[in-house]
Amino acid sequence: MKRRDLLFSAAGLVLIWQVAAMLIQRPILPAPWEVLIVFVQELGNGLVTHFFYSLWRVTAGMALSVLIAAPVGLAVGGSKRLDAIFSPIIYLLYPIPKVVFVPVVLLFLGIGDLAKISIIFLILFFQIVVLVRDQAAGLAPQLIQSLQSLGAGRRALFRFVYLPASLPAILTALRQSIGTAVAVLYITELFATKYGLGYYIYYNGSTLFYYPAMYAGVIAMSLLGLGMYYTVDWLEQRWCKWKFVS
Amino acid sequence: MITTASLTFGYPRSIPIFQDFNWQVQHGETWAILGSSGCGKTTLLYLLAGLRFPTKGEIEIDGERLTRPRPHSGLILQDYGLLPWATVRENAGLGLKVREFYGEDGKHAPKNFQPENNVEHWLNRLGLSEVANKYPSQISGGQRQRTAIARTLALSPDLLLMDEPFSSLDAITREDLQNLTLSLCEEQNLTLVIVTHSIEEAASLGGKILLLGSSPRIFENPTVRQGDHRNSQEYRDLCNLLWREMRNETA
Repeated sequence: MKRRDLLFSAAGLVLIWQVAAMLIQRPILPAPWEVLIVFVQELGNGLVTHFFYSLWRVTAGMALSVLIAAPVGLAVGGSKRLDAIFSPIIYLLYPIPKVVFVPVVLLFLGIGDLAKISIIFLILFFQIVVLVRDQAAGLAPQLIQSLQSLGAGRRALFRFVYLPASLPAILTALRQSIGTAVAVLYITELFATKYGLGYYIYYNGSTLFYYPAMYAGVIAMSLLGLGMYYTVDWLEQRWCKWKFVS
Repeated sequence: MITTASLTFGYPRSIPIFQDFNWQVQHGETWAILGSSGCGKTTLLYLLAGLRFPTKGEIEIDGERLTRPRPHSGLILQDYGLLPWATVRENAGLGLKVREFYGEDGKHAPKNFQPENNVEHWLNRLGLSEVANKYPSQISGGQRQRTAIARTLALSPDLLLMDEPFSSLDAITREDLQNLTLSLCEEQNLTLVIVTHSIEEAASLGGKILLLGSSPRIFENPTVRQGDHRNSQEYRDLCNLLWREMRNETA
């Protein structure tokens, strides 16, 4: 994604927004300019704090899911026996919309950050397991056999083949799940907290009916997602140089 | 160097590929294993590499019974088995890295293993210095195969096992690499076992040729290391003979 393209797209969206605001003429859709002013005001008025609360929760959830799901995916993908045991379980649990567990998780883990992070973890976990498993299982047998003939046993195969091969899959899984993660973040922040962008958007929109601030929160959330996309792209360019050569 | 004694092997629920197969390879010989598809030539190579195990009988290499991949054997496969995320230099050094990872345990690496970085030497010798920092997707098929050879030779093997290593290369590159393989075997005093379905390749590389079929047969090719062997009458006669034999086998 080029910066110039991003700028053009953003300008296009703002234009559509402006036209829509002029046509509708209701407080529920303030003009972009008005929202921008409130956005800047709100930055000094706690929006930054809300942003960082959300950033922390979503990053922690993603990090936790990578740390746990990647090894599980590698183990299941690298061993036919484990695959036979765990893949059916994964397929049973994967399609369940994990959002339905929000009340259950809140009940068991309380109302703190742990519950919110766990819900994000629950959702990302399966996506990462499945992608990493497929990547590990799809490795060319020649690659494994060559390494074995060089003397590699299980540990060396893991270190020199499975781990580096799963990196792109992990990053792909992360990129695919940023959207979901941010959406879930919003839902988790509706419950039992006074911090976070989800709370901020809901509070301004549904309690105070202060719509420009609500939209400022939406912009902040979109920036949060955008920043995460850029971070994943950056990591991929750093760690997977071989994918970008021609 | 290699002895198979009453070697029997078959995949589950199918007729055995080898039944009481006895075969001997002497040190420094170059052997080509020839046969049509599905005759078990690749299986035999995998057995020699210690990646598969006989259902009966045994394989000894250098007087030791083979129970796992042997550190002094180098295996080179058709699809090179290079890591796509590692540069040519990193790929060539991979075997050494694996050995350093385990240390000299006698299982994964030889007992007397001394980490010696000769990767640069082999990159030079195989003409890969200029592409050393490129990734496998950026270089030609011939260069990829050279990288696989460099990686194997960096481990100072005494036995080279090759599975159709040159079959996907163009004719010129193939001939260059065949000649390179022969001169490297001579230079490093290597024993070579190469699996191929090409009669010409078998006749250009194998000092002895093992033709697999209903009953394995051996053909001598004593002039293989003489200059201009490919244009000699002996070479043409041998090719014709092998061609007839393979014909009969499939008929």
